[in-house]
Amino acid sequence: MLELRNVTWSLPDGEVIIDDLTLSIPEGRLSVVTGPNGGGKTTLAKLIAGLVKPTSGQILLGGRDITELDVTQRARLGISYGFQTPVRFKGLTVQGLLETAAGRALSFEEMCELTGKVGLCTMDYIDRDVDASLSGGEIKRVEIASVLARGTQVSIFDEPEAGIDLWSFNGLVDVFSALKQRGMTMVIISHQQRLLDIADEIIVISSGQLRVQGAHDRVMPGLLAGEIAGHCPAGRKVGA
Amino acid sequence: MNPVPLNPISEKLLRTVAGYTGQFKGAYNIRQDSGCAGRRSTDAVRIVPLPQGKPGIEIHVAPGARDETVYIPATVTRGDVHDLTYNDFYIGDGARVAIVAGCGVHTDDAGEARHNGVHRFFVGRGAQVRYEEKHIGEGAGRGKRRIDPVSEIYLEEDAHMTMDTVQLSGVDATDRVTTATLRSRAVLVVRERLMTTADQVARTRFNVVLEGADAGCDLVSRSVARGRSRQEFYSRIVGRERCHGHSACDAIIADEAVVTAAPHLDALSPEAALIHEAAIGKIAGEQILKLRTLGLTEEEAEAKIVEGFLK
Repeated sequence: MLELRNVTWSLPDGEVIIDDLTLSIPEGRLSVVTGPNGGGKTTLAKLIAGLVKPTSGQILLGGRDITELDVTQRARLGISYGFQTPVRFKGLTVQGLLETAAGRALSFEEMCELTGKVGLCTMDYIDRDVDASLSGGEIKRVEIASVLARGTQVSIFDEPEAGIDLWSFNGLVDVFSALKQRGMTMVIISHQQRLLDIADEIIVISSGQLRVQGAHDRVMPGLLAGEIAGHCPAGRKVGA
Repeated sequence: MNPVPLNPISEKLLRTVAGYTGQFKGAYNIRQDSGCAGRRSTDAVRIVPLPQGKPGIEIHVAPGARDETVYIPATVTRGDVHDLTYNDFYIGDGARVAIVAGCGVHTDDAGEARHNGVHRFFVGRGAQVRYEEKHIGEGAGRGKRRIDPVSEIYLEEDAHMTMDTVQLSGVDATDRVTTATLRSRAVLVVRERLMTTADQVARTRFNVVLEGADAGCDLVSRSVARGRSRQEFYSRIVGRERCHGHSACDAIIADEAVVTAAPHLDALSPEAALIHEAAIGKIAGEQILKLRTLGLTEEEAEAKIVEGFLK
């Protein structure tokens, strides 16, 4: 289980982005984090992956305090993070990136399986550089594949649907569903209803605080009711 | 010709710069400390000394020759050697040839080890040339290791030449000059990779004239500058007719290094399409961060990025 205890993260000017957040993310389940733009969702993902360190509070993985561990240490402990805006590299090929992620050489069949999951044909991409020549959708799929290649205990995906066409997105939903069946702990930041629909757990973050957390069937009606009523659950505290 | 024996330093350098495995397959000329350490011609490739005692060789590739490889590596294995050589290549019409021209300079003393190779390429109509050049400096001596290659390229109609050059370590100073004149539909592709460290200096100058209609060139230089090293990149492309010219200088800079990039384009026809790109900057922090999320340390991530960049 992944836990955040009273985690706060502020900008250097003092603006609070994550505000005394306490949260438990269940093991082996698919949790979708949603909420208004600018509410702190990406910061939450970065806090878990270690890209930013809390101003105060603790982060625990399987009961172990990982607050002081850096990005590399957390990655080696089994946390993977798919960037919202993927990074481009001149000279690093799709195969090179995926093999770096896997920590070993990958056979052609393994490459096919990985890229196939994100709707890319290995033949067309294996030797392509992960650079500006890839479109936004293509590089996003490579980014997701880099997380899948690691096959770690915890995988965090920041808006995996961004830039991906409807057809490939259907395939991606299937991939997440399959990973869920395998008991992987996944945290997906998303506004996409298709992803919310396959979530075991929905977490609503707004203004850096936890607004609602619970099983899909319990939280979804409230989310949709809020939408119809023209306001979001952001205004309601947990248990309100 | 009485070849000098190949010394162990040369042999090691040749393995690094020219893929030497104890022998070369095909035609070759091995130059060692200004002497000849071996030469062989084949039916399609004739190698002869330059006339009138001028240092160097002529390499004649027969018209229509297919998939020939010519090795012309050079080594300097001690200080106080300034090797100057002229290599003239005559590539027959329609020939298809690879030229491997590595150079290694080694000094274990205070004397300078320097190689200065002047190559002229006369490439016939429709011929295809792939030129590979790897440079390295070695040895524990205080003497400077210098390599100053000069390439003059003349591409006839429909000729195609690719130059792939690599210099990744140990050369204290290099001054590379490449000039080219291209007739109609000829194409020149250059891929240069360079890394300088410590107090090394490297200067690269290209001057390409796209003389004939529909000629094209693509010059791409990727470099990494570290320590207190200095790099200068100058490129000039002249388009006289309808043509395509592209040059790109991409440099990663670190520590106290200095990189200068100065593009120059001359379009002498409204149909000349000429582009230059230059980007100099340190390794992007987000690139390191991404690789760290895959489990690499900061140092491993940097090495990976540089390795890919200079691949």
